[in-house]
Amino acid sequence: MPSITIDNKKIEFENGMTVMQACELAGAEIPRFCYHEKLSIAGNCRMCLVEMEKGPPKPVASCAMPAGDGMVIKTDSEMVKKARKGVMEFLLINHPLDCPICDQGGECDLQDQAMYYGFDKTRYEENKRAVQNKNMGPLVKTIMTRCIHCTRCVRFSTEVAGVDDIGLLGRGENAEITTYLEKTIESELSGNVIDLCPVGALTSKPYAFKSRPWELTKTETYDVFDGIGSSIRIDTRGKKVLRALPRINEEINEEWISDKSRFAIDGLSRQRLDSVYTKLNGKLQKSNWDHAFSLIHDQIIKTGKQNSVFLSGKFTDAETLFAAKKFSESLKSFYYDCRFDNAQFIENSNESFKFNSTIQEIENSDAILLIGTNPRWEAAVLNARIRKAFLENNCQIGVIGPKVNQTYRYNHLSDSLNYLNKLSDGNTDFNKVLNNAKNPLIIIGTSAINTADGKKILETSAALAKKIQKNKDINPLNILYQDISRVGALELNFYNKYFDNNYNLQLKKHIDNNKPVVFLMGLDEVDLSILKNAYVVYLGHHGDQSASVADVILPTPAYTEKTSTYMNIEGRVIQTNKCHNPLGEAKEEWKIFRVLSNLINHQLKFNNLSELRDEITKNFNQFTSINELKPNKNITFAKVNKIDDIKIQYNINNFYMNDSISRSSETMALCTKDILNKAA
Amino acid sequence: MLKEKDKIFKNLYGFEDWKLGGAIKRGIWSNTKELIAMGSEKIVEEIKNSQLRGRGGAGFPAGLKWSFMPKDSGKEHYLVVNADESEPGTCKDREIMRNDPHLLLEGCLVASFAMHAHTCYIYIRGEYYSESSNLQKAIDEAYANNLIGKNACGTGWDFDIFLHRGAGAYICGEETALLESLEGKKGQPRLKPPFPANAGLYGCPTTVTNVETIAVSPTILRRGAKWFSSLGSVNNTGSKIFSISGHVNNPCNVEEEMGIPLKDLIEKHAGGVVGGWENLLAVIPGGSSTPLLPKSICDSVKMDFDSLKEVKSGLGTAAVIVMNKSTDIVEAIARLSHFYKHESCGQCTPCREGTGWMYRMMEKMIHGNAHQEDIDKLLDVTKQVEGHTICALGDAAAWPIQGLFRHFRPEVEKRIKEYRLGKVA
Amino acid sequence: MHHPGTNNKVYKKINDNFEWSSENFKKISEIIKKYPSNRIQSAVIPLLDLAQRQNRGWLSKNSLEKVAETLSMSYIRVLEVATFYSMFNLEPIGKNFVQICRTTPCWLRGSDKLSRVAQEVCETNIGETSDDKKFTVVEVECLGACCNAPMVQINDDYYEDLDEKSFKKLLQDLKTNKSIKAGSQIGRKSSQPERKLDA
Repeated sequence: MPSITIDNKKIEFENGMTVMQACELAGAEIPRFCYHEKLSIAGNCRMCLVEMEKGPPKPVASCAMPAGDGMVIKTDSEMVKKARKGVMEFLLINHPLDCPICDQGGECDLQDQAMYYGFDKTRYEENKRAVQNKNMGPLVKTIMTRCIHCTRCVRFSTEVAGVDDIGLLGRGENAEITTYLEKTIESELSGNVIDLCPVGALTSKPYAFKSRPWELTKTETYDVFDGIGSSIRIDTRGKKVLRALPRINEEINEEWISDKSRFAIDGLSRQRLDSVYTKLNGKLQKSNWDHAFSLIHDQIIKTGKQNSVFLSGKFTDAETLFAAKKFSESLKSFYYDCRFDNAQFIENSNESFKFNSTIQEIENSDAILLIGTNPRWEAAVLNARIRKAFLENNCQIGVIGPKVNQTYRYNHLSDSLNYLNKLSDGNTDFNKVLNNAKNPLIIIGTSAINTADGKKILETSAALAKKIQKNKDINPLNILYQDISRVGALELNFYNKYFDNNYNLQLKKHIDNNKPVVFLMGLDEVDLSILKNAYVVYLGHHGDQSASVADVILPTPAYTEKTSTYMNIEGRVIQTNKCHNPLGEAKEEWKIFRVLSNLINHQLKFNNLSELRDEITKNFNQFTSINELKPNKNITFAKVNKIDDIKIQYNINNFYMNDSISRSSETMALCTKDILNKAA
Repeated sequence: MLKEKDKIFKNLYGFEDWKLGGAIKRGIWSNTKELIAMGSEKIVEEIKNSQLRGRGGAGFPAGLKWSFMPKDSGKEHYLVVNADESEPGTCKDREIMRNDPHLLLEGCLVASFAMHAHTCYIYIRGEYYSESSNLQKAIDEAYANNLIGKNACGTGWDFDIFLHRGAGAYICGEETALLESLEGKKGQPRLKPPFPANAGLYGCPTTVTNVETIAVSPTILRRGAKWFSSLGSVNNTGSKIFSISGHVNNPCNVEEEMGIPLKDLIEKHAGGVVGGWENLLAVIPGGSSTPLLPKSICDSVKMDFDSLKEVKSGLGTAAVIVMNKSTDIVEAIARLSHFYKHESCGQCTPCREGTGWMYRMMEKMIHGNAHQEDIDKLLDVTKQVEGHTICALGDAAAWPIQGLFRHFRPEVEKRIKEYRLGKVA
Repeated sequence: MHHPGTNNKVYKKINDNFEWSSENFKKISEIIKKYPSNRIQSAVIPLLDLAQRQNRGWLSKNSLEKVAETLSMSYIRVLEVATFYSMFNLEPIGKNFVQICRTTPCWLRGSDKLSRVAQEVCETNIGETSDDKKFTVVEVECLGACCNAPMVQINDDYYEDLDEKSFKKLLQDLKTNKSIKAGSQIGRKSSQPERKLDA
């Protein structure tokens, strides 16, 4: 391995590293503003200058200089100190002294680095520059006088987000960042520019003047707004969630989160169900737990225990699913299911509902077939990886499904699923692409498998996947679920064959025949008319759609208010952390089922959360190791079927508002109005 | 003085026909096929031996630069001619392009062949409208007569020349900014490495060279490296076009031998300093970015790379800006500071922020509206810009100010003193 | 100092209907041929120039967008280019776009006097357009004709070796729609070393 000497310390480094990376390896901290690991190198801030012996008689930008064997670098010489001081001074002369009213205050790179590397007083006597603020939409607030022209936001939007919306106009000291004619940034990832901005030029509009960073309680947890389970940090003050920020997780979300993950949090304090409600004379009234439990108990007995129905929703965690299932089974009822979108899978083949290749593997891919999925909306951060593959590997992408802008160029194959027949025959141009690719992937969305033909489509796709697989360690077959609950639910066998093929129809049949008690565990994605003859017990945290038809409402904590186990689309077990206490009288779902089981004399075996979790892992050992992934490399259900002409319609209509929390969010409503409805 | 027979630019002033007919009379395109037949290695060797240094300002050995181009990269190679002449004081390439364009075009073919390039772009500053139309006509003539195009000059070498007009940005004279601009982007200099010879235009091996450098190369090949290097002195060989402007009686472009004394240049070619040599205050010897020289140095300094470096200035583009004693020397330099502020691309911090700050301080110093310690502050700021930027524009903005204070500090101190006295009174 | 070419704003024009003229449409395909087929973005400066010429010397919103669409570029990238280069005017200009070089070599030979003359004759301030829309007068940086200083550029042409008198005459002729002669105003062919000593 080549070696480099940094501040008299000789270290080995890997070829391809920059001087900056080598310095970090040697433990020498290099200040920077424009450099960002995930973006192209701009080298414009000049803060990272270091001295290179035997090089030019001036310092070099370490972020851009490739490390070379035998180089001798100094990071703390007089030359370097002077250069840093100079750059720092230049950055500050036109930067306003408005830190006391700046939302970046306390977590500002400029502030921090000025402390370490700057002068302690100014010698600038000219007028400071003022720059007009720009409109960038409902999420990103701009105070452009603070901008230091690092162009991170420009690079992020063009490279990662794939929307050519932000640019640097003009030149010299008149250069300014803006969107074209101050239009809204049309990206589901736009909020990331707030994190990327090293100063307070781009800040969060919804969070403006809400809090200071040192007043916040910071909890590391996971996001639940899509299936990938991004690593996030939730900042709270008291019982209020003020911010959601990404944590670095190379395997899942790199450093990004979607705008929904970041900004739907205001929905957590609106439309909340914070007490028990029961129906009195046809009207929901505030009630108490005991009364509600006894009503439910009576109703279960009355309508027949074995008829009770348990339906999970988008946020239902493994604890809830397991407890509900055990409770249901104790009632001798097997009417439980998680497939509210009617997406099909193959029994006993868990690779039929997982993202088998892993998310990280996307960026190594050079050919991707998207079937019935709109990843830009279904998993925005995952879509950024597809874009990465597109940019870095010239990945060829084929789409079966309606044409929508995915932020990369793709080959639109067909709107109809019967194109799979052609792919099975193997004579299309895209077959060639898949066959020639070193690492081809297939990504199937729920919009492709949500009909009675879903299983056939899975089997046919599996056959194709088997044919194109190049590396036996990488399973090219991927199913992309849109919610965080599903994969875990299917692993817990939270389904009943009864609901196969047509969830709504089967449900209606059962309800109309038996008028049973139906437990909706945060399920709002259900046709309410079906529930007309049911006794609906709604367990949830938002007064969204289903609560309006409930006979009993039992308040439960939202994702920031409890610790939950989920499996993300890959089958990775993640555990969220409780960021603050639940609102009102909310009780965790498993406790509710535990109490009910007591009342019905089928007491469940667990008394607390850790006993419950032990039960889960005892029965389902795939939940044992947290954050570890053992991908399923087999494809056991390959079979070529003839597929009918089924026109795909994406089952996601609004990225911003598609669950009970985001539907309650004012910010998301604003985005819908300003971005979606304007674009349409 | 350079003998008439040793002049390369025989129609510098456009007294003769600039078109193909005139060009052929002057010997251009006469035996291009033979020059090409030398083979690319021999051509590069000959240019190396001539010790020709780039005429665009930096003075990098031309042959060496050409030799950096890879032999078989598997990619397209490009020659890009830098005709974005924008350094204040400089107007030499303009004369070549409007009065003897075929000299340049023949050079393009020879140099491109030597560098395995089938395509050459000439990037001309947008303001040079009539120059670009002459050049375009010359290109059309060359195509029509099979001098360029498929099988150029019957050499078997396919060669295209395209003219590309800029749109007003001094920074595009910086080679990588020029490439960015040619690719349809803002003219912001690139980080180096990679250097253009490895990854230049469209990521392909590229050499960017000044008009004059290219234009002299066929003559060097024709008359031999020995002839060229016999002019001037070692390391500073050949002849070169000097642009003499400012307070001289006959401002002009003139081709002269390298190393000609500055005084001779001004007196023999430019009709002398307005008001006589004794009325000379200072000279900027090589375009706006080179530090000025006071009369005492001008009395004896020779005009070549090394001599001017010795007196802490530079030959640059050999654009001699003469200032006599009627000049407000502080404003003369402040105007240059304004120029650099206006032309900074805004990409990197020291230049974007520093050029404006330096200009504003300079502006105050014209009237002495400053404190004595502000001079050191200003000089310190120039040092904070110099050497810390992506490209050389930062240096170019810093040097004229440093030159001013190196030689005229007492003048500024006097103004500050007078201003403060006036203020107190 | 105001200059329509160093402006970051897009001017809102009423009835901004920009379509390529058929003549320019033909030119575009010639221009694009100069560059590799996957690199046609290279043609953005030439096309902006073409659009500006068609649009009376400045670039309106629709003309910018038309250039972007012609080259399959995003609007913001085209606007970046248009605002970066000083020759692209982003607001309307007068019939005669008078650009007076102000940099040191021209200044040494009296360019500031030319600025005064221009303001007087054209009846407008530096950076502005005269009421009769005949003139827009701006000061610009070095135009690269320093051996023929002082000089100005009016529309495409250079007018060199000027003094107050000759410049005044030039502008007055323009004002009265007389034809004027480009180049040296003291009869020099180019930049040869001959010049009346009293100049």
